[in-house]
Amino acid sequence: MLQARHVSISFGGLKAVDDASLAVPAGSITSLIGPNGAGKSTLFGILSGFLEPDAGSVSFLGQEVTGLAPHRICRLGMTRTFQLAQPFAGQTVRENIAVGSHLHRAQRKAALAHAESIALRVGLSGRLDRPARDLTIAGRKRLELARALATEPKLLLLDEVLAGLNPQEVSEMSPVIRSIRDGGVTVLMIEHVMQAVMNLSEHTWVLNNGQLIAEGKPADVTRDPRVIEAYLGRGAAERLRTSGNEAHA
Amino acid sequence: MKTLYAILVLCGAVALLPAFVSSGVVLNLVIMTLYATLLGQAWNILAGFGGQYSFGHAAFFGTGAYASAALQVHFGVNAWLCLPFAIVCGAAVGALVGALSFRYGLRGSYFALVTLAFAEVFRILANSVKFTGGGVGLLVPLKSSALDFQFQGKAGFLYVILALTLAGFLLSWWLKHSRYGAWLTAVRDNEDSAAALGVDAFRVKLQAIVISAGLMAAGGAFYVQYFQYIDPHLAYGPAVSVEALLGPIVGGLGTVFGPLLGAAALKLLGELTRNLMGDAPGVSLMIYGAVLIAMVTFLPRGIGGLFQRLAAKAP
Repeated sequence: MLQARHVSISFGGLKAVDDASLAVPAGSITSLIGPNGAGKSTLFGILSGFLEPDAGSVSFLGQEVTGLAPHRICRLGMTRTFQLAQPFAGQTVRENIAVGSHLHRAQRKAALAHAESIALRVGLSGRLDRPARDLTIAGRKRLELARALATEPKLLLLDEVLAGLNPQEVSEMSPVIRSIRDGGVTVLMIEHVMQAVMNLSEHTWVLNNGQLIAEGKPADVTRDPRVIEAYLGRGAAERLRTSGNEAHA
Repeated sequence: MKTLYAILVLCGAVALLPAFVSSGVVLNLVIMTLYATLLGQAWNILAGFGGQYSFGHAAFFGTGAYASAALQVHFGVNAWLCLPFAIVCGAAVGALVGALSFRYGLRGSYFALVTLAFAEVFRILANSVKFTGGGVGLLVPLKSSALDFQFQGKAGFLYVILALTLAGFLLSWWLKHSRYGAWLTAVRDNEDSAAALGVDAFRVKLQAIVISAGLMAAGGAFYVQYFQYIDPHLAYGPAVSVEALLGPIVGGLGTVFGPLLGAAALKLLGELTRNLMGDAPGVSLMIYGAVLIAMVTFLPRGIGGLFQRLAAKAP
């Protein structure tokens, strides 16, 4: 569904994303993991049109979208959320979601009604008329998700929707994401909460220093020595293995 | 819907005013309040709803004023026909300023400075070109006939400015109840988020500045008819830009009634300080300034915001 080929971008001398290629199959929940500063959000920015890559190409549904403006990509059916949830603070939750609904609905009434049905799906029904600025972090993450969902995307890019939530909130949010996929929306998520990655995603890509170093089922990937070293430092995999052996012995 | 009724009732009440009040002073005060409201509404569309703080709305006002005056003076065109022409000219200048500054992503104080610079450039141009009468300005020929957009008494002008203000009200109301308005406020609150939701921020802002500039130009054309004179400083000077932004800021940014509340409060305050302190020149302005500072400090969301706060407190 979404394919990035040999994508690179640098800021000054820093290669934030270096020759990265990845694919997201339709109907999946795919995750993108990696240590802080690995370039995950930058890659997201390229995929969603906020950044133009220095090299490489992105195609969505077979169409070339490299360097296309974000709003055009959204109209094709790919929407993203932001790591730092930024609601339209002065407006109510309903009005916030309606901005997304308006993409396919010209009438104000229809958009507001649609916003209400979306709020139900992400569990915001009780707070429809509250100003968005009053929401907690967890509420804002839901709102971020709801707004994106309201544009009726085919592919949703979620940038750390679970970060900053407590374990209970994470376990409340996970079924919401799964139900979105079950509703026919493909999901690509950046996530730090490993428990959720293992739980939710079928396929995961690992980014480190701007390069994709591993891919596969989450359970396999987390055993990959390259991945362990990316997170814990050089030689960590070796040490873990020997300490594991000692424990067994 | 309630807001819409309130607008219509209010405008209806003002329309009946000339039947009961014959005092030119009072009617003039009402006209000038509505005129300030109109300028405020124009600015409020771009800044209050769209978050693009212009400091040079005089560029659009002056263009409207000169377009109307020059057409009458040089080509003898009927003043009523000049009004739509003025609006189109103002909107075109708005499109130019908007296209240039939004294309290069100017925001916040950079956008404010660029608009200020545009207004100044226009002022200097108007000062040096023959077409605008240079520093002497243009005097609109006196005709004193309603057919020429000049009236014997104040009532005629009151109806014209009321109609323009009503248009401003309806535009603001429409922004509160339409997809376009939702997109514009979304761009104001967070441009990146709006873009991610499929909103073409550049286009939305460009449309906003065109509408805003058109309305501002209508104010300029009205000014020319009411005072029958325009010069570069009156048209493009910073005073007009400040008058346009002061009302909505005092009354309540991004609200339908903010520009009216602000304009009314400022006019009353101005009259009051002038009458009380008229003997000591300058004192009235000092008090005016002090009250303004106090208002902006203690009522960050304007008079309209104060009403909202009070309404929220009352059960």
